[in-house]
Amino acid sequence: MTLARVKSIALIGLRGEIVDIEVDISDGLPGYSLLGLPDAALLESRERVRSALQNSGATWPNKRVTVSLSPAWLHKSGSGFDLPIAIALLMAQGTITSRNLEQHIFLGELALDGSIRPIRGVLPALLAAVDRGITTAVVPLANAAEAMGLAGVKSIAVSHLNQVISFIEEGVIPEVNLEEIKRVSESPLDLSEVVGQKRARLALEISAIGGHHLLLIGPPGTGKTMLAERIPTIMPPLTREEAVEVAAIHSIAGALGERNLESRTPPFVSPHHTTTATAMVGGGAHFIKPGACSMAHGGVLFIDEAPECKPGVLDSLRQPLESGSVVISRATGSTTFPADFLLVIAANPCPCGRFNGKGRACTCTSLQIRRYLQRLSGPLLDRIDIRTFVEVPKRTELASTEGGESSSDVRSRVIAARGAAAERFTRDLWSTNSQIPASQLRSRFRATKEGMAFLHTELDHERLSARGYHKVMRLAWTIADRNGVTTPGLDEVESAYHLRQGVEIS
Amino acid sequence: MTKRTSQIGADGETLVASYLQEQGAVIIATNWRIKEGEIDLVARLDGRLLFVEVKSRTSAKFGHPLEAIGPEKAHRLQRLALAWIAVHDQWGADYRIDCAAVHFRDGLQPEVEYRAGVL
Repeated sequence: MTLARVKSIALIGLRGEIVDIEVDISDGLPGYSLLGLPDAALLESRERVRSALQNSGATWPNKRVTVSLSPAWLHKSGSGFDLPIAIALLMAQGTITSRNLEQHIFLGELALDGSIRPIRGVLPALLAAVDRGITTAVVPLANAAEAMGLAGVKSIAVSHLNQVISFIEEGVIPEVNLEEIKRVSESPLDLSEVVGQKRARLALEISAIGGHHLLLIGPPGTGKTMLAERIPTIMPPLTREEAVEVAAIHSIAGALGERNLESRTPPFVSPHHTTTATAMVGGGAHFIKPGACSMAHGGVLFIDEAPECKPGVLDSLRQPLESGSVVISRATGSTTFPADFLLVIAANPCPCGRFNGKGRACTCTSLQIRRYLQRLSGPLLDRIDIRTFVEVPKRTELASTEGGESSSDVRSRVIAARGAAAERFTRDLWSTNSQIPASQLRSRFRATKEGMAFLHTELDHERLSARGYHKVMRLAWTIADRNGVTTPGLDEVESAYHLRQGVEIS
Repeated sequence: MTKRTSQIGADGETLVASYLQEQGAVIIATNWRIKEGEIDLVARLDGRLLFVEVKSRTSAKFGHPLEAIGPEKAHRLQRLALAWIAVHDQWGADYRIDCAAVHFRDGLQPEVEYRAGVL
């Protein structure tokens, strides 16, 4: 037999395609041709596969070797095809005699000594494999955390080419210490570490309940970052499906880190303010990688020092904020990544950062102060429902040994309030208050008479725009859910008004 | 080239020539040399011209003998074959370029590995 075929998976964004790897060994001058639109990393597979085979006791055929990856039109990239190419070569040479690999896929990069290295995107590849009826997947041991516990496909974690051969020939399954792999490190952060900040804490809670995007304004050192980092700890834990989706995105980016399928804490992503629009939304020439906003899918995207961002970077978030996903188009094709996140933006009140309280220490001119927050574009601010000041903690608060309310207490309130909202929206397309369409707000979701009267007065005095009016209404519903009220009344509407209008940005 | 390596090369070519004769081929020329290079063997088998490049090795230390034939060398073989055809006015003749590897191993019979129609 000089012809062999094995299967693997190529990824286009989060979508996986089965790739047939065919190897033909024919007479002729020794040579190697790789067909099927390979990228640079894949072209180099020849040298890796050759050394790996020789160093694990197999032979390299000194004949004309043709490797074809089909479908031929699909751009293939990365080193994950090393292992299937090596297996197909061994089959074509007759070293591996088993022919029953139709339901198997192979993923892995080869080191020169034949050991198997981790690759990106094992989880999404396996999800695709399950859809295509693949029963067994051979994956690198270092990626085992992504593969284990996924229903529908049996994963064989391997660390050396010889283990793969003995698995195929003799059915020997290498032992894996599952306990070691499945360990999930829980976030060490807790809201109880935050001192004082009554107003900001409420803003955080409301934001987590209704999915309202948040703007935190405050001088340096008051705890804007500290607060934002703790939002995931008060959000409802991810469901199984969400956790798989989040882990799949992180897997593609090669940034799974401590996360795995069991990680239920929503992700927290905080790109630096010098980041580019490409890094924010995702991109790449051959292999399209998800950006920060997709990494934050299901969790929090936190941008510190937002007014310092380059123009266009923040505005690139407008599409994902609108649709909950990003479409990235490149020469090799276009890819959609989910990007449904809670946006949290932090800013100093002015360039010097000391314009708070009486503003005595501030060295900025009034013009500078006014212009600073205007760097955040109108359309972006329009999507941010809550604007709140983060104040300098008072002397008495700092001296207090009593911690604030803990994350788990706040989270149970968030879960209860979300449940109340979900009950109201059972027959609707949306599930959180921030997503209620404006027309529905005016018809089905009105506040009580007193509440509406307050809003109408503010409208009459031109202190509230039509847009602001709807935002306040949505916030009022979230506050009502939190307080266990069935319809927002005057109290809820007033609190909502202050959360929305508390910071004046002209 | 030392005496020893040239002798190994010549021995290899002799072995390949007798291998071809066993297959029923007639050797037309050996070591046909022009300015551009050399054809190790020219033979005729069933009315077809064979141009044969022979590579001999005494060890596998430097890789497979045929790996020494890279794209440039392959191209030169092609040109030399056409040159031979031109010089001998054999235009239109059916021809084929072959390669042979000869492995000399201590204490073992030399082994001929013949690859037909490599280009």
